[in-house]
Amino acid sequence: MLEPWIFIALLLGAGMLLPGVAIAANWLLGPKKPNAIKESTYECGIETVGETYVQLKGSYYIYALIFVVFDIEAVFLFPWAVAYNELQLYMVLEGVLFIAILAAGLFYAWRKGVLEWV
Amino acid sequence: MTLYQIAFLVAAFLTLIAALMTVSSPSMVHSALWLILTLGGIAVLFLLLNAGFLAVVQVAVYIDAIAIMIIIVVMLTQGAVRQQLRQVSRTWWGAAVAAILLFVSLLVIFVQSPQLASTAPTLVPSQETILKDLGQSLVDVNRYILPFEIASVLLLAALIGSIIVAWPIRRPGQEEGER
Amino acid sequence: MTEFLQDPFTWIGELLKTWLTGLGLASDFVTFLLQLLGALVLATVMLLLTFLLIWAERKIVARIQDRLGPNRVGPFGVFQTVADLLKLVTKELITPTGADLIPYNLAPLLAVMSVVGLWAVIPLAPTLLGAKINVGVLYIISIGAIGTLGIMLAGMSSNNKYALLGAFRTVALMISYAVPMVLALLVPVLLAGSMDMSTIVNAQSPLPFLLLAPVAALVFFISSLGEVGRAPFDLLEAESEIVAGFHIEYSGLKFGMFFVAEFLHAFTISALTATLFLGGWQGPWAAQYPFLGLIYFLIKTSIVYFVVIWIRGSFPRIRIDQMNSLNWKLITPVALLGLVATSVAEKLAVEFAWSRLLVHLAASALVVLVTLTALGIYARTTRKRSEQMPATGATSESLTSA
Repeated sequence: MLEPWIFIALLLGAGMLLPGVAIAANWLLGPKKPNAIKESTYECGIETVGETYVQLKGSYYIYALIFVVFDIEAVFLFPWAVAYNELQLYMVLEGVLFIAILAAGLFYAWRKGVLEWV
Repeated sequence: MTLYQIAFLVAAFLTLIAALMTVSSPSMVHSALWLILTLGGIAVLFLLLNAGFLAVVQVAVYIDAIAIMIIIVVMLTQGAVRQQLRQVSRTWWGAAVAAILLFVSLLVIFVQSPQLASTAPTLVPSQETILKDLGQSLVDVNRYILPFEIASVLLLAALIGSIIVAWPIRRPGQEEGER
Repeated sequence: MTEFLQDPFTWIGELLKTWLTGLGLASDFVTFLLQLLGALVLATVMLLLTFLLIWAERKIVARIQDRLGPNRVGPFGVFQTVADLLKLVTKELITPTGADLIPYNLAPLLAVMSVVGLWAVIPLAPTLLGAKINVGVLYIISIGAIGTLGIMLAGMSSNNKYALLGAFRTVALMISYAVPMVLALLVPVLLAGSMDMSTIVNAQSPLPFLLLAPVAALVFFISSLGEVGRAPFDLLEAESEIVAGFHIEYSGLKFGMFFVAEFLHAFTISALTATLFLGGWQGPWAAQYPFLGLIYFLIKTSIVYFVVIWIRGSFPRIRIDQMNSLNWKLITPVALLGLVATSVAEKLAVEFAWSRLLVHLAASALVVLVTLTALGIYARTTRKRSEQMPATGATSESLTSA
């Protein structure tokens, strides 16, 4: 039963191993001359000004939140879609009701002006 | 020791270590990263119990959505990146005693129940139609239709509530884009 | 010999299995070894394919822009990418001061891993499928978003303001474009009745899902382009913008790995579109001769990849706030409408025994009509509002000058 998942685990491992090998080859073949100026942080060619910390906008949180809500909605809808062929029409309409409630949430966010990129 | 038991022990051990590092890491950003590892370990445990759907849902919802939201929230907090928190409170010995007592009592209860004490895993029965059954039960009038629709209302409430909390209400007379 | 011609993949598999069992190993271990071999071969082929993809893109974009593209190194410049790779390998790996070492080094590996992992569930031929799991489509969503996590790690651990800003903008856009992608992925699952990718391909034998759900196919294609960050959505890596974004502090092959991951991701979404909406390996005689199935799959994926490159060479880059409002105000509502329309139309077609194709085409036409009407109303109100603007602008100007 776990057989296909073992292949997935092996492929993910191979997907991490092969770039690792390539980067190791780069580490072996490249020059190694560390230098304080080379390793300083890049700020368009001038010295860094201020701390390495910037204040981020609140809209990033809103997009992440809306993605969480729609992700959970999709997780509920996937079994509904898998069982689609055995459902009757009123059951399909119940799923449409589920989608409509969340679409109302998206519409609310839109009207509140939350979806603008400030 | 079957291969299955070894795999379970390794996965559980890694998950516990990651969880320990989550709560005891001095930097909040590192805690968030250890949390991602913990959630991945739980997904592997779901896989070992033959619940492929739940494992993928765990990765898709927890790691891809909620962990990213946690990292964004950590970075939004003023000065969170540079804060080094105090790791132990003054009464840590009381908490340790309570935790050990809880662990021992749970162990005693579990050993007495025959289902939980067996070392053979209780796997999710691997039917071909398990996803179809789940889908049908979610919209069946006699089964879980009410929780299904209430879940969507709950998600709507979470969305609206978070927007109200996180977004300042525009006062009348204020211009567009000004906050 | 005829068996080899009939079904080369199973023949090679059986040959290896009998050879390994003949060496005296247990049967489970033989399966494990074969899976390990398959995984290594798949990952290597994918990474080596990137050479060809980058060369093809450079040539085609050059021709669209009326120039030649690389043509010096090797016949038609095929080895240009190899030369670039050799140059990157000999660069110094500079680690910025104050960088968090483990996430910093893990991020390129995660980015490549998430793209290579997608190929485990794509059926390349009737008998050539990496992992036949019953939650294939949801697996695609979850592994695809691990790449987003890799980008976040890269930005956070680089100890650089611009890397952090670039990473946050990239991640915000990627998760925004993931919403319509997930909604559009529900439609093939609905039509096929299973999340298993091989079942979805098998269900497309008379009609590919592109004809049954063109709205969902278009939404999936566009939102995948936005998620990968390809033109016209490639604002986040344009040199004139956020100074190369989240991979500023990466040098040598670490940067090369991000680059490889992006090109491979573009090819992977072409493969996903071909599998979910164009029928994958379906084609005449593909069921009896699986090798033909592989050929059909590669042809369909290449056609979609050509369209991706064509779009890159033809459209100007759009601004980030335009990208954002395009996603939330146009593509997500259209995805929701398309999902509702397809689910209701399919049930109606089955209940009343109408022709499936016609009902679905009618539903898609309805969705397109509603969208165009809404866009027309929006355009008219915006035009009316902007026509009233110069009057107020002149008034305020005269007030301030007076």
